[in-house]
Amino acid sequence: MNILDPQGPIGAADKTILIDSVAIMLAIVLPTIAAIFAFAFWFRASNTKATYWPDWEYSGRIELVVWSIPALTVILLGGVAWIGSHQLDPATPVEGTGSPVRIQVVSLDWKWLFIYPDQRIATVNTLTVPAGASLRFELTSGSVMNAFFIPQFGSMIYTMNGMVTRLHLRADNEGYYQGLSSHFSGDGFPDMLFDVHVISPLAFPDWVAKTARSDLVLNAESYGKLALQTVERDKPTYRLDDPRLFDAIATQMILPGPGPKITSEAAQSYIGASDAR
Amino acid sequence: MADQTMAYADGDPHHVRGALEHSGPASKRIVTGYGFWIFILSDMVMFSAFFATYAVLLGQTAGGPRGGQLFDLPNVAIETGFLLASSFTCGLATIAADARNKFWFQIAMTVTCLLGLAFLTIEGREFASLVARGAGPTRSAFLSAFFTLVGCHGLHVSGGILWLLTMMAQVFAKGFRADIQRRILCFALFWHALDIIWIAVFTVVYLLGSAA
Amino acid sequence: MLGKLNWSAIPIDQPIPMITSAVVALAILGILAWVVVKGHMPYLWEEWITSVDHKRIGVMYILLAAVMLLRGFADAIMMRGQQAVAFHSQGYLPPEHFNQIFSAHGTIMIFFVAMPFVIGLMNLVVPLQLGVRDVAFPTLNSVGFWLTATGALLVNISLVIGEFARTGWLPYPPLSELTYSPGVGVDYYLWSLEISGVGTLVAGINLVTTVLKLRTRGMTLLRMPMFCWTTLASNLLIVAAFPILTATLAMLILDRYFGFHFFTNEAGGNMMMFMNLIWAWGHPEVYILILPAFGVFSEVVSTFSGKPLFGYRSMVLATMAICVISFMVWLHHFFTMGAGPDVNAIFGIASMIIAVPTGVKIYNWLFTMYGGRVRFATPMLWSIGFMVTFIIGGLTGVLVAVPPADFLLHNSLFLVAHFHNVIIGGVLFGAFAGYTYWFPKAFGFRLHEGFGKAAFWFWLIGFYVAFMPLYAVGMLGMTRRMQHYDVPEWRPWLMLAAFGAVLILIGIVFQILQLVVSIRHRDELCDRTGDPWHGRSLEWATASPPPVFNFAIPPDVRGEGAYWAMKTHAQRQDLEKHEPEYEDIEMPRNSPTGFVCAFFATVMGFALIWHIWWMVAAGLVGAFATFVAFAWRDHDEYVIPAAEVARIDRANLAERRALLGAAGSS
Repeated sequence: MNILDPQGPIGAADKTILIDSVAIMLAIVLPTIAAIFAFAFWFRASNTKATYWPDWEYSGRIELVVWSIPALTVILLGGVAWIGSHQLDPATPVEGTGSPVRIQVVSLDWKWLFIYPDQRIATVNTLTVPAGASLRFELTSGSVMNAFFIPQFGSMIYTMNGMVTRLHLRADNEGYYQGLSSHFSGDGFPDMLFDVHVISPLAFPDWVAKTARSDLVLNAESYGKLALQTVERDKPTYRLDDPRLFDAIATQMILPGPGPKITSEAAQSYIGASDAR
Repeated sequence: MADQTMAYADGDPHHVRGALEHSGPASKRIVTGYGFWIFILSDMVMFSAFFATYAVLLGQTAGGPRGGQLFDLPNVAIETGFLLASSFTCGLATIAADARNKFWFQIAMTVTCLLGLAFLTIEGREFASLVARGAGPTRSAFLSAFFTLVGCHGLHVSGGILWLLTMMAQVFAKGFRADIQRRILCFALFWHALDIIWIAVFTVVYLLGSAA
Repeated sequence: MLGKLNWSAIPIDQPIPMITSAVVALAILGILAWVVVKGHMPYLWEEWITSVDHKRIGVMYILLAAVMLLRGFADAIMMRGQQAVAFHSQGYLPPEHFNQIFSAHGTIMIFFVAMPFVIGLMNLVVPLQLGVRDVAFPTLNSVGFWLTATGALLVNISLVIGEFARTGWLPYPPLSELTYSPGVGVDYYLWSLEISGVGTLVAGINLVTTVLKLRTRGMTLLRMPMFCWTTLASNLLIVAAFPILTATLAMLILDRYFGFHFFTNEAGGNMMMFMNLIWAWGHPEVYILILPAFGVFSEVVSTFSGKPLFGYRSMVLATMAICVISFMVWLHHFFTMGAGPDVNAIFGIASMIIAVPTGVKIYNWLFTMYGGRVRFATPMLWSIGFMVTFIIGGLTGVLVAVPPADFLLHNSLFLVAHFHNVIIGGVLFGAFAGYTYWFPKAFGFRLHEGFGKAAFWFWLIGFYVAFMPLYAVGMLGMTRRMQHYDVPEWRPWLMLAAFGAVLILIGIVFQILQLVVSIRHRDELCDRTGDPWHGRSLEWATASPPPVFNFAIPPDVRGEGAYWAMKTHAQRQDLEKHEPEYEDIEMPRNSPTGFVCAFFATVMGFALIWHIWWMVAAGLVGAFATFVAFAWRDHDEYVIPAAEVARIDRANLAERRALLGAAGSS
């Protein structure tokens, strides 16, 4: 999950900006730190060789320099930020080989649902994508806020109920990676880790065909079960019944997840089940 | 070292003679009024948070009624008239307090109180009728924002009336002592500030809200 | 009768909170018993609890911060311990408990450690530096303190009765809405912050008015010590930002209590509005904390370099620039919301612009040392440690202000490391520097240097060992607030971080030892002159501890570094040998208003959390009655006769002349 070991163009570009920014800043930060130590050491009270100017409190030239050094650095970095924000806007499509893959992501309590509307399939906690293809994510949340993040692919983005965010990524190398939720969402939050399989573009249709033979069907009813607060360890796959399911979730035609089911007796009473709900 | 530091004392580069010289702490009346002004500014910041929220949620009616369908502008205009008139009588009370005239002070404060109560009554009736028509604050985000913004102003007016009655009692019991005079000053600032906020409420919530 | 409250609210099955609270309760009862048995109760009540003296209130603020620092740190070390062991396992803290701990840690450290610490320092020092006898509104000052204490108390009550929020230190909806957080935890959070928020606002109004309207003769704005400027900036931010917090939390309260729809998923609510509003407060908040710390460093670096602050006007400009710009950058807390490239870039650049005045400050401290005679007393060590550490925190801060970099680092442990880097390395180091620097002023004796230096080194090294690994593990993709994890690469870093937390613990132990040892050896560490560090500003012109009226004769200021100028004048012209003409001094009477008011606020807050409506009404009536009773007092001041003033002042002058004589002859 090392963000310094990116596996796609977005991650690589994000990383480049990260490294460049650090380098630009280190150019003034390191000399400044050195100067702090040097001044403090040389002007120590016990050093009789050091000059003592008890009234020296102003120098126009030094003032000019100390305002301009950070200002110039920030102008430079500001340029990096401006250009970077525009080039790496998550909503901008990424070039890719072959046809783009559209993936609709729903964050649930506490699992990820990946819907492939064009392939009429869906998976839970496993994202399978072809290498080199442009990946077009549409994201929403079935309950509380989360953030969708595959560190080695680059940019993360929030998922929010009733809203759709967009993210474009590309994975260049086949392999197994991991993604996670990077926004706290409740008790099962640490179990929102998901697997990312990048497979060859040639193998992708086979995988789709295999998945489409799944016994499980994703429709409003089975979605309702997924939306309950549980941790999913089995990583089930589904045939997609209605390709507009995502729209129904995002437009709140399907109501957001119900939240905690109050089970233990102790919790029930001090949560005040009768009066609070 | 002594020689070097002496030079500093004389050579103060920022020592400016004449008008810029500071003459010391301000009087209690000024300090109190100033502090209360700052409180009012902070209160206005709080209101602006509610105003901003109202502006954001104006269109979020969740299929429920919009502002134009709910607001009774003539009624609100009468309500506004009461509050503006109360501000005028509050000003009269301040003049009476400056003249140390207890009789007219109490009269003016009583009228202010009655006008304030009239304002609250109209507002309360408006709220009650909205809730009765199924347009309560839980109906939609827009109505939540509406009830909160207008209700927050109403709570301020209610608190103001409580304060007003306390001031009347204090003047009755203690007369125009210096500290009570300062409190009357603060109360007047508060009451006028509520007027200013209401002007904004009337404009943003009712006039612009009816159009939306 | 008791709303939602019943016996099951007490988590008897959870040993950690039960044992902790039992120990704390026993300690409190023990101290109370000791106070009563030894007959200190009247002293405590008359001299401290009902005191309206800004110095006493300042000390109480700092005491509150110190106690809450222990609580917050206990949370921290539990979290570090959990993450060190919870690899492929659940560790020793179940999620519902772990989530409360990180929420409480953040809430406590910001609102009940950092805030009271800086407000306490400002309260203690600013009137002295301005050469006046008290703050603008002494009784309100007491009310503000006790309301802050109320908030802290409610947070701690949640340990025993019910639960605390499990939603993070900022309760983002919809997770914090009733649907997803049906317990009382979020309500504890909301009401303790609403109540302490009122206290903070009161303190802010008080200090702004004090700085702008109460300055001694000749103390023009541009002659104020830097700490007064940063106090002004910080409190202007409080006045402008805290009402936004109050309003935002009020909306969440309305959502939770009355089914409103501000931030809900349903009926048009908008969670993004919460994030905008809370950060419109939250970003200024970090400058509310750091600006006073900058002020402390300005005072300390100048004093211990034996020089005036370099580039004073530049510093003033930088401070006010930070004050203004801090309101224009809130969106950088959620670049990953998808607001679009223009918005992100503009807020990213605005955030970087704050680095300019901040950088200028660093360079000005640097050039204050240049040509000075730097004495490495403990406050100066904290300051140098701050300068180096804060630059690193600034670097990582500007890094996450670059939107594409933030797309990788947002919400990661890198971010956690960044804000601890600036809050510990900036605010906390500043608070500790100020604590050591002004302790002799408040109590008349210095703190033990050896223990202070040991504490400094353990804190500094502990900080680096605890948080540099978090930068690394953030680079490895680890996100914050994980109760357990399965990624092997993260583990060694988290174990190292836990070790760092232990080093910090040793630092804290040394701080406690320092205090104990210093109190025991107070005669040896005694400061008779009132000026132990050879200071430059007016707080050093009066005795340590200062008399209740601060200055027998209001000082007349003729330049920057007011006391330094006086000292040098005195040496040359022997001015202080003339006996001043003492006059009667009127001081505000002590008042239990603050304490009683806070008592009712506690009752009301607790009742609101548990839906005990009759008790809410009782608390409200009680608070109003307290204010009316306060307003009904006939005598709010008492007079200290001139003879008494003269007696107190002569004793101090004699000590001071002896010092000046010694310095003059050397």
